[in-house]
Amino acid sequence: MQDSYVTADGRTIGATVMEMKNITLRFGGVTAIKDISFDIREGEVRAIIGPNGAGKSSMLNVINGFYHPQEGEVWFHGKRRHEMKPHQIAKQGIARTFQNIALFKGMSTLDNIMTGRLTHMKSGLFSQMAWWGGAQAEEVANREIVEKVIDFLEIQAIRKTPVGRLPYGFQKRVELGRALAAEPKLLLLDEPMAGMNVEEKEDMSRFILDVNDEFGTTIALIEHDMGVVMDIADRVVVMDYGKKIGDGTPDEVRNNQDVIDAYLGVAHD
Amino acid sequence: MTNTTTANALDTVPRLLARNAKVYADKAAYREKEYGIWQSWTWAQTFEEIQALALGFLTLGVKAGDHIAIVGRNRPYFYWAMVAAQSVGAVPVPLYKDAVAEEMAYVLDHCSARFVVAEDQEQVDKIIDVMDDLETLDGIIALDPSGMRKYEKSVLFDYRELQQTGRDKKSELQAELDKRLADQGPDTTCVMLYTSGTTGRPKGVVLSSRNIIETAKGTCEFDHLVADDSVLAYLPMAWVGDFIFSIAQAYWSGFCVGCPESQETMQKDLNEVGPTYFFAPPRYFEGLLTSVQIRMEDAGPFKRWLFKTFMENAKDVGPKLLDGKSVGLLKRLKYSLGKLLITGPLKNTLGLSRVRVGYTAGEAIGPELFDFYRSLGINLKQLYGQTEASVFITQQRDGEVRADTVGTPSPGVELRIDDNGEVFYRSSGSFERYYKNPESTKDTKDPEGWVATGDAGFIEKDSGHLRIIDRAKDVGKLKDGSMYAPKFVENKLKFFANILETVVFGNDKDHCVAFINIDLTAVGNWAERNNIAYSSYQELAGHPQVYEMIQANVEEVNASVAEDEMLSGCQITRFLILHKELDADDGELTRTQKVRRNIIADKYADLLGALYDGSNSIFTETEVTYEDGRKGAITATLEIRDAATYDRKKVAA
Repeated sequence: MQDSYVTADGRTIGATVMEMKNITLRFGGVTAIKDISFDIREGEVRAIIGPNGAGKSSMLNVINGFYHPQEGEVWFHGKRRHEMKPHQIAKQGIARTFQNIALFKGMSTLDNIMTGRLTHMKSGLFSQMAWWGGAQAEEVANREIVEKVIDFLEIQAIRKTPVGRLPYGFQKRVELGRALAAEPKLLLLDEPMAGMNVEEKEDMSRFILDVNDEFGTTIALIEHDMGVVMDIADRVVVMDYGKKIGDGTPDEVRNNQDVIDAYLGVAHD
Repeated sequence: MTNTTTANALDTVPRLLARNAKVYADKAAYREKEYGIWQSWTWAQTFEEIQALALGFLTLGVKAGDHIAIVGRNRPYFYWAMVAAQSVGAVPVPLYKDAVAEEMAYVLDHCSARFVVAEDQEQVDKIIDVMDDLETLDGIIALDPSGMRKYEKSVLFDYRELQQTGRDKKSELQAELDKRLADQGPDTTCVMLYTSGTTGRPKGVVLSSRNIIETAKGTCEFDHLVADDSVLAYLPMAWVGDFIFSIAQAYWSGFCVGCPESQETMQKDLNEVGPTYFFAPPRYFEGLLTSVQIRMEDAGPFKRWLFKTFMENAKDVGPKLLDGKSVGLLKRLKYSLGKLLITGPLKNTLGLSRVRVGYTAGEAIGPELFDFYRSLGINLKQLYGQTEASVFITQQRDGEVRADTVGTPSPGVELRIDDNGEVFYRSSGSFERYYKNPESTKDTKDPEGWVATGDAGFIEKDSGHLRIIDRAKDVGKLKDGSMYAPKFVENKLKFFANILETVVFGNDKDHCVAFINIDLTAVGNWAERNNIAYSSYQELAGHPQVYEMIQANVEEVNASVAEDEMLSGCQITRFLILHKELDADDGELTRTQKVRRNIIADKYADLLGALYDGSNSIFTETEVTYEDGRKGAITATLEIRDAATYDRKKVAA
């Protein structure tokens, strides 16, 4: 495969960041993912789609290292990745959002996003408790980054509001904010538009594209809404029953017979 | 050139800036909340920023007399852009940021704008949409470049990069900038503001430096505005008031202009800035009061008792203290205690605790609403103005504040009421002309400099205060020759929470009648509390008890109208409650929720006829338009009620 390609809207996509080679993931007797290979390239918006139970969320968990596949290899930044401890997972520069929002409901928007900075903080528990020396300077520096995220996502008005009180669309946005605050190299979004109305979807699409455009962040996302996926993704992987049935640009995928069959159903003879 | 003033005369905004940069060098000129904290710029820094941008404009080839449009929310950068444009002899033209692309295109085309300073992608996109049709437009200067990485670079400039270019070329261009600054004087156009066109296309009001500076000078002295004051700039930059408060008066007095973080955070930012000088339209104060009332209803009984007790006293004492009248010692003590426990903290929560001079204008304000804020000890006053007057025509002097007048003429303003009751003024602030529209200029401003306001009003004999009655075109006469001003009565009716909208008729008739729309929220709430069942708006509107309540309101208004010497003929003799809400979708209201009197009179001609022929009820069928554009019809039998009227105070007509 060539080293880079140019997208439909004229962006140049760089070299491979992550490569999945023949991944198989089993839970006991259930095979969630079966012999799947694909890559994610620097600066692209990569979508993973498929019907319910296709194994999309499992795939996302393999990408960020939370699940370790029984077979196959994951290559990240040119190195083969082995099974990791949770703190190693957190520090590899991959941030994610969750399908069913996982925020600290009683904490404010600001504090929630601040937790995204945790892996970047060096001062220890005691100096943070004493609020002394490096800890103070560190918090100020991190707060600056968090404030830029708040500004970017236009959520200044809810900065001090406990997230439990926010409407769903805003909670999704706060979760994106927390992921962005970690300054990830690779951002994983698990159904960022689920349960949103058209206007909220439009807002979210714009933020995703802006993140990609402004910060050059590579994005992998799972999404049900085909319209959204086809609009914002550069390349799409299609999964069905744990298998890959299609991979390519939105246009290629749209015309792929296997994909059409998986989505619209097909008469079995 | 007629501009023969010495360079150190304070007759243009850039000259005021130069003075402030010297006299108030280290004092804050602008504050803006960004990234969660208040950023501030001193006058010296402001001078440098504006100069850099002005030099940047010169590198783009901006010529004296060019128009530079500015579109964005209230941010220091856009105020700088206005003054930078003035510095190079160009004319700033602020635009409404919510305007759609076509509206912007009209204005940009009409003023032949050469550059637009725009906030972000949203604004830039609108301008790019229409750019092909705008021959004179040479470029867009964007403050926030995000999202525009891939845009055509030849017409798009970055605000901060342009400033940097200006700084880099300072040695070459400083002489040119100095010359441009020296060429200006009182006759130089200071700003051009487009009036929102309720009738026809918007008109560009040209205001000279003399207009602006004289107005700023007179009104700053009037209210003793000084360098230690501060404002929060949150109203549209394209509105004349914002230009006067946030540029003219701020530069004249050297006070600080605060800018909110975003539109939604305004209330919080207001609380943090605590301005000493504040302007808001009546609906802002109304919304604020409603939120206070709702929260008080949710509070515990003890807190409610405290609130009630001290607010009652404050209503009596607060306005008197503001007016400098004498108050008994006991009441004064109680007021002080209330201030400690209730009114003080409340004022603080509202962000108004430091307000020394507050104004409201634009429409009539209800006396109760007005008194509420006065009783908290907020010096809220009324003014009357318009774009063509550089805002100020009349305003209320401290100690002479009333809910039903708009005050005495502002410094340097002469007033005249013509035979039809229309208000005319002549002042140093009255506009030069409408841009490229000599006809409208001639219609509005006569050769002697008198400007027609289009409003009818009169000057009270005793106090010298101006009272505005109505739009001049709506004012007429009843059959007996006494004055008819529907809005005067409508406003009084609308001050009742139960009444959302009303239309009064009576021109050339014996007496006045009214259509009334109930306020579903208020009346529905009342029905709930009194166990009155209803299934639809129509049923509630026709309920006998609702009629009773509205009749009491109407009669109360009649009593108050009867007190008025000139307008006592406008008492409502008969009224009905409409079976549907007046709606902009049905063409009954304008999009800005103003009543379209003639259309309503035509549409409901049968109802109007019944009001005058003495019948007690009428069956009617009305066409309605649903939100998706479908049409339907509703039928109803409406009751018509007579209302008691009061003896009229007779005056020699």
